Amino acid sequence: MDDEPLIRVEHVYKQYETEAGPVPVLTDVNLVVARSEFVAVMGPSGSGKSTFMNILGCLDLPTSGRYLLDGRDVGALDSDQLARLRNTDIGFVFQGFNLLPRATVVDNVALPLVYAGIGSEVRHRKANDLLAKVGLAAYARYVPSQISGGQQQRVAIARAMVGEPKLILADEPTGNLDMKTSYEIMEVFTRLNGEGITIVLVTHEPDIATYAHRLVRFVDGSITHDGVASRSAIAGAEA
Amino acid sequence: MIRQMLAEAWHAMGANRLRTFLTMLGMMIGVAAVIMMLAIGRGAQFMVDQSIASMGSNLFIVLSGSATAGGVRLGSGAAPTLTTSDAEAIADLPSIAAVAPVAPGGAQLVAGAANWSTMVTGTTSAYLDVRDWSVESGSVFTDADVRSQTRVALLGQTVVKNLLGDEDPLGKTIRIKGSPFTVIGVLASKGQSLDGRDQDDTVLIPVTTAQRKVFGSQFPGSVRFIMAQATTAAAMPSAEREMADLLRQRHHLPDRADNDFDIRNLTALANAAAQTARVMSIMLGAIASVSLLVGGIGIMNIMLVSVTERTREIGIRIAIGARQRDILTQFLLEAIIISLTGCVVGVILGIAAAVAANLLANVAVVITGAAVLLAFGVAAAVGVFFGFYPANKAARLKPIEALRYQ
Repeated sequence: MDDEPLIRVEHVYKQYETEAGPVPVLTDVNLVVARSEFVAVMGPSGSGKSTFMNILGCLDLPTSGRYLLDGRDVGALDSDQLARLRNTDIGFVFQGFNLLPRATVVDNVALPLVYAGIGSEVRHRKANDLLAKVGLAAYARYVPSQISGGQQQRVAIARAMVGEPKLILADEPTGNLDMKTSYEIMEVFTRLNGEGITIVLVTHEPDIATYAHRLVRFVDGSITHDGVASRSAIAGAEA
Repeated sequence: MIRQMLAEAWHAMGANRLRTFLTMLGMMIGVAAVIMMLAIGRGAQFMVDQSIASMGSNLFIVLSGSATAGGVRLGSGAAPTLTTSDAEAIADLPSIAAVAPVAPGGAQLVAGAANWSTMVTGTTSAYLDVRDWSVESGSVFTDADVRSQTRVALLGQTVVKNLLGDEDPLGKTIRIKGSPFTVIGVLASKGQSLDGRDQDDTVLIPVTTAQRKVFGSQFPGSVRFIMAQATTAAAMPSAEREMADLLRQRHHLPDRADNDFDIRNLTALANAAAQTARVMSIMLGAIASVSLLVGGIGIMNIMLVSVTERTREIGIRIAIGARQRDILTQFLLEAIIISLTGCVVGVILGIAAAVAANLLANVAVVITGAAVLLAFGVAAAVGVFFGFYPANKAARLKPIEALRYQ
């Protein structure tokens, strides 16, 4: 199984049914991502990259085509199995942080472990360890509204990491942050990637994309560029 | 896991304290209303049942017919057509278990310095069987007493209290309309009758003594009415027919003549009263149940609002691995906690209100475990029933749409 890539997307189509008829969003998308890769996904709004991320995150299923995560065909799984997969194999980091506003920082980080059926003591130990790792050990008892955006995003990263996933999906994680904080967050991602975690990251910002090793560019529901995330490649993609 | 969920439900409810409280209030009022109404209904039913039991079962009362004196009709019981020998004849009918002739009258009682006016009933020992009555102390007069017109008396509790106070009444001599009687027994307490009379305010003496020595009668052996008890409830219609036939024959009534007596089925009247009380009890419960239903709808309403408000939260939970049933359980648990908490408080409020009604307004209340259990069960069912739809709606949210919800 180890030579099997973590992500294998084959001929994926996705269309949404609207009143005006079906609207194609993804057209014949093929992508293979190996373990420990750091992939940046770029593309204009409406190019299908968010839909693609939803499919990678098992939040949505392709209309046709196959998606294998760690060798398992996601299309064949039922909703409970998909939930389990999201819980154990995938960590999400969103643009809007998406923390539970009323729960404390440490409870937010521990939440995925609740659904994994892990006892309260272990949950809190793991959550506190991860908070220490992202430099927020002192803020465990705060609620999200009491800390800054950058800190909230680090809490979200800690939450994504707590289930020890193989894959982290980050949808514009720096979109709501200033430049300096963005770079700090990207340092955290780089460190995690260095520990062997596969990261797929959507971004609009060329600066952020340079942290990745590989660049995938979406235009009109298809991948138009797939290569090294060099400055020139990113600049070319922007043009 | 369930502990964590309870804690989260507690948190979610705490975030909107006033709203949670108001939702619970609906449930509280519903449950309290059901408990209180059932208690009052049961209380009324209990009172009626008790009165019926105190009257005796399968009972007929045979009244003498009306008389006309100088063109003035005197009403039922006025003509002295019934006699003690009629009573004896009725007692021989196979469908009749016991018969007591009754010759009542008001009389002044005197004992030492005390006096008391009450109803003195001349009858036989069978009266106690017919009325399901017994003596608390002493003994009942015998058939021999009746034959020999002995001056002996059984006193009701109210009479004992008013006439003799704390003295031991047995063996005491009291005067009834001036003639001395020996108290041989005290009747057990029977309480109020259906029409509110104090049944303990009475004196029983042998019927013959009443007829000849106390009230005197120009018609020897006549009685005001006869109480007859049928062997079984099923035998009542035939017993009524047989009594009528027997009395017509004994009174030599021609075929076309009206009865000169009147047979009334007391049990039928009592059953009607009991039925009324039962229907009232059910109706009170049903009306109160409506408020329980309204409370349930309140829960559903608030849970729907809560699901909508927390759509994004639900999306986050699904994204990080909550299964549909985790979300369902979470919201259902919240609804159940609200309804159960409301229910517990409602039970307490309901019992308190019933007790208050009893103390302040003197309303008879009976709180049964069954009623409390019923209110509890219904409230729990309402919580699950009305909580399920919103919880299910939450569980079926599509994760990407929920996450995109603002």
